[in-house]
Amino acid sequence: MKKSRFSRIVFFLTLIFLFMPLIVLVVYAFNESKNMSWTGFSLVWFQRLFTASRSIWRAFWNSILIALSSAATATAIGTLGAIGINWYSFKLKKYVQTISLLPLILPEIIIGVSMLIFFVGAGLHLGLLRIYIAHTTFNLPFVLLVLMSRLDEFDFSIIEAARDLGAREHQTLLKVIIPMAMPGIISAFLIAVTMSLEDFVITSFVSGPGSSTLPVHIYSMIRTGVSPVVNALSVVLLGGTAGLVFLMRPFFKYITHE
Amino acid sequence: MKGSEVRIEGIDKHFGDFHALKNVGVDIQKGEFFSLLGPSGCGKTTLLRIIAGFETPSAGIVYVDGRNILPLPPNRRQVNTIFQNYALFPHLTVFENVAFALRLKKYGKQEINSKVEEYLNLTKLTGQEYKKPAQLSGGQKQRVAIARALVNEPDVLLLDEPLSALDAKLRQHMLIELDMIHDKIGITFIYVTHDQQEALSVSDHIAVMNEGRIVQVGNPTEIYESPADIFVANFIGEANLFNGTVTAVEGEMVWVAVEPLGILKVTMEPGDLEGTRDFKPGRRVSITVRPEKINISLEKPADLPADAFNFFPCAVDEVIYNGFQSKFFVTIPDFARFTLKVFKQHMSYYSTGSEINWKDKAWIWWKADDAYLVEVHDA
Repeated sequence: MKKSRFSRIVFFLTLIFLFMPLIVLVVYAFNESKNMSWTGFSLVWFQRLFTASRSIWRAFWNSILIALSSAATATAIGTLGAIGINWYSFKLKKYVQTISLLPLILPEIIIGVSMLIFFVGAGLHLGLLRIYIAHTTFNLPFVLLVLMSRLDEFDFSIIEAARDLGAREHQTLLKVIIPMAMPGIISAFLIAVTMSLEDFVITSFVSGPGSSTLPVHIYSMIRTGVSPVVNALSVVLLGGTAGLVFLMRPFFKYITHE
Repeated sequence: MKGSEVRIEGIDKHFGDFHALKNVGVDIQKGEFFSLLGPSGCGKTTLLRIIAGFETPSAGIVYVDGRNILPLPPNRRQVNTIFQNYALFPHLTVFENVAFALRLKKYGKQEINSKVEEYLNLTKLTGQEYKKPAQLSGGQKQRVAIARALVNEPDVLLLDEPLSALDAKLRQHMLIELDMIHDKIGITFIYVTHDQQEALSVSDHIAVMNEGRIVQVGNPTEIYESPADIFVANFIGEANLFNGTVTAVEGEMVWVAVEPLGILKVTMEPGDLEGTRDFKPGRRVSITVRPEKINISLEKPADLPADAFNFFPCAVDEVIYNGFQSKFFVTIPDFARFTLKVFKQHMSYYSTGSEINWKDKAWIWWKADDAYLVEVHDA
């Protein structure tokens, strides 16, 4: 009895610790005043967000575009890479495996600086393309990691069975390996989308004028003072994410089971 | 007879420094149930994988119906495999697992349905079509693997220890079923196993392998009754072994001096005394006597012709009652190192009253006919 009360108290303290900042943010999104003093309930910041903040929405759509495209690219390359590393033996296999996972532990700032130097050196000026390439690059190790651990669980003789039953190499890939790895592929894609959406450090190095993503744009907005429009935007994003998670619940079951 | 004949010639396989197969050659006839039998690590699975196309030999050729199949990738060989761990596709239903090969061959819907049904019927899986492999028991998974391999109508079916994951009762049952399927469809089966009972009970021919070599090829009776060497004698069934030296040969009778027991008599088939298996006086040999061929009783048996039998007094060290038989471990007095296994079948109602018990003094004897000589390879 005592024990359960103790754990319940800890549970609520944890919730408060985790979510208090969010609650403050949500409350102030509905504040009439521009300052931190409460002057009354108002939807004025939402109105401004949806009518007078074109740059925010451009950054928002940039973020979505980059997230989906870089996650898709990283997932495609990473899936094939993981299959290659797991199921084919070649010289230097161990080194490839280690090097491809190195970016996971490398500080983001180093990746950002090196990307910037590389792009300047390569004469690549298109901001969105740079961000796309950078995001694909840092997403790749995550996809690899997720898929290699997924593929590790499978029995190599399943592939031999497919070959034995008449499947050519590409048929084995399409009809056996990829369907079997599909839950892993989907979760890798979702992780990549999330990583891309929230990345700030690397993006801030490689983005150019007019091509920023949402996190970089918000940062540039609050540099000139915290605008309550950002609070309103956060509420919209929070709601959107929560809705998305709710809609995808049956999907998570598919990914975690099997 | 359907199926194909398989000829294996001079196969060598190296894995780095490990010499897995050493000049292996064997002929497998059309439509027979052929077993590769040996302890783990003897190379039997490697040989099977070479036939299937999953390994490339370092040297040698595999002919199927006279045609070298080594240049073909696994998907183009008329050979299908049943894997040790079944290797079913976990994302496909039973029906789709079996239909896999047919879909690749672009068969029509009707044909796929009727063929899959036919083979599910053969393997007694009707009604399980829409289950996923994870929902099946071990025996059912095994059946799916069999149906999936057979639906392709291969010339040769390769079976890689297919029953090793099943429990003992089910294994017996599936073995009989495999044999019945073999009788029904009549293609060549090549069956890899380390279980001598499995191999003896269903095979037409058995190749016994050890350390990368085929030691003996023969039908089950030959393998059991006339083992080629000590390894085969020990590996197949149980054996009592006596090392000795041939002192005299007369007709079919061979006299062997076994220190310090004395002279033992062994009758050999005339063929065994000629050619390669030449047991001249002075040769070092081993006598093998199967435990079930040794008789045991409390009284010294009367009226046994001394020239056709070997007999010794013994002390019973251990009695193991197995229901259908009893196993006796006996020693010959003064020669404690000679521990013999004697198996006595209980042919009629068994009560312990007048029977042989632990610590009894008894007599053992066996016919010279029932012993067998194998050569000793001097290392």
